[in-house]
Amino acid sequence: MSELTKTYKRTKRNLMKNRFLFEQLVKRDFSHKYKGTMLGMGWSILAPLLQLLVLKIVFTEFFGRNTPHFTIYLFSGVTVMNYYREATTNGMTSLVSNASILTKIKVPKYLFLLSRNVSALVNYMLILIVYLLFCVMDGIDFHANLILLVFPVLCLLVMNIGVGMVLSALYVFFRDMTYLYSIFLMILNYLSAIFYTIDRFSPKVQRMFLMNPVYVIIRYFRLLVIDGVVPSLQYHALCAGYALFFLILGSIFYKSLNNKFAYYF
Amino acid sequence: MAVIECNDVSIKYISGDIKQIGLKEYVMRKLTGRFSKRVFWADKHISFTLEKGDMLGIIGSNGAGKSTLLKAITGVMQPAEGKIHVKGDIAALLELASGFDPDMTVRENTYLRGAMLGYTKEFLNAKYDEIIAFAELEDFQDYTFKQLSSGMKSRLAFSIACLVEPDILILDEVLSVGDGAFRKKSGDKMKDILSGGVTGLLVSHAVGQIRELCNKVLWLDHGNQIIFSDDVETICNAYEEFLITKILPENGAQMKQMADNYDIRLYKEKEEKRKKEIDRLSKILNKGSSDEAIEAALRIIRKNAPDLLDKNELKKRAENSQKNHT
Repeated sequence: MSELTKTYKRTKRNLMKNRFLFEQLVKRDFSHKYKGTMLGMGWSILAPLLQLLVLKIVFTEFFGRNTPHFTIYLFSGVTVMNYYREATTNGMTSLVSNASILTKIKVPKYLFLLSRNVSALVNYMLILIVYLLFCVMDGIDFHANLILLVFPVLCLLVMNIGVGMVLSALYVFFRDMTYLYSIFLMILNYLSAIFYTIDRFSPKVQRMFLMNPVYVIIRYFRLLVIDGVVPSLQYHALCAGYALFFLILGSIFYKSLNNKFAYYF
Repeated sequence: MAVIECNDVSIKYISGDIKQIGLKEYVMRKLTGRFSKRVFWADKHISFTLEKGDMLGIIGSNGAGKSTLLKAITGVMQPAEGKIHVKGDIAALLELASGFDPDMTVRENTYLRGAMLGYTKEFLNAKYDEIIAFAELEDFQDYTFKQLSSGMKSRLAFSIACLVEPDILILDEVLSVGDGAFRKKSGDKMKDILSGGVTGLLVSHAVGQIRELCNKVLWLDHGNQIIFSDDVETICNAYEEFLITKILPENGAQMKQMADNYDIRLYKEKEEKRKKEIDRLSKILNKGSSDEAIEAALRIIRKNAPDLLDKNELKKRAENSQKNHT
């Protein structure tokens, strides 16, 4: 345990020391994303907005679902999944695409991963605004409990960092990871009950869905926003547990390979 | 008090494992039993110690392990064996122009690079104009980096890196940046920093630079440490002799012998050159056809080899020419 607190303290000190660098990296990631576009940041809102509209038309008009607030049900899944996808796939390449810097200047390598996560998070925040707008349009009551949405977002952020650590480290050694991971993401997308409900499955299968951390986060959103129910304490613990699990797994993975990276870029 | 202490340091690269040869080749080799990782030692058992204010020159032909050693000292790479102790902040100028972002402007890149080198925001705000002025890029601040010429890029990189006042300065072939004028400016700046008492490591293929700037020298060859010494002059001579003969010295005596050989070689070359010159000139003098040609030849001889001229004859000639004029 003391090892853990020591690592934490050192990380915190490093972060304080490198705050300025971190700021610059986030700035760079942002300008990269919108380089050469006329709308710039506008795309952050417009792209998901259009995607959501298309999905709404396809799934609610053509399929004629009878789930209450199906639009929001759908959007909860899509936005969370998109955020997870963006943060982890960008995180995966964070080390390799900065190799020319990492092999010449000694900087804490995880800063590159963190900066990509921050820019993905900011992006997600903008999308959340769109999401909440749709909630209003769909006639969902706004209640004070909605502030609790901060919790799943925070868990997702921590989880994304942890997963990003594992992926970015693996990617240094196996460039095949991009292809494997995109297939994995597709499977995950279908397993996360984004555009279907899980009521028709047996309770046993329904419980198995909880083994999917992304689904757990999506479900938190649906429970809170659509049903207006604050999830149980155990459910909170489950979210936090997943986040911490991936963070610790990522850190261990990362640390054990940290000194080898420079030889493989 | 040692600032840098390298103790029996060895650094290795592994090649030929699954990542490099790909999955297909990996399976094939596994099946046929030909799979093996090749270990390549870039540096083998390197040891040296630098005190505060020392300037170490690292020499050796391409692939000797110089840059890898510097990377290990900077902390970018970890040695497989041995220990490196470093006391103080390091500013490393390795392959300057790489690592910039081609799509960001000069201004943004300056801040980003500065941040990477560990400068604070306040420091950069205060020094920004100075950096741009030194790099002579005042008119290009809002150009993207890919629009700059490669000389401009290196100039900016050098200017950013040189503003630090580090305890340890590492230079990898960076004193040959930009055009002639800038090279002079950067050389002066470098000397300025070095005279401020930093400890430095310099990799250069220009042995003259090592002679001029360094008080200690480390000679590497294919990862082996040939010698670490403070007798810069002798080692540099021996190294230059090695560059010609391609024979490595095996011990101190041979090193000395090589250095002497180089001196002798230099002396011989100088003699030869002088002889050639004199031969050429004496031919002109012997012809004695045109006074002007003779005058020119004399001027050259007076400059290069005054001991060849007979003083009396000279005086006579001078008097003669004066008479002709009057």
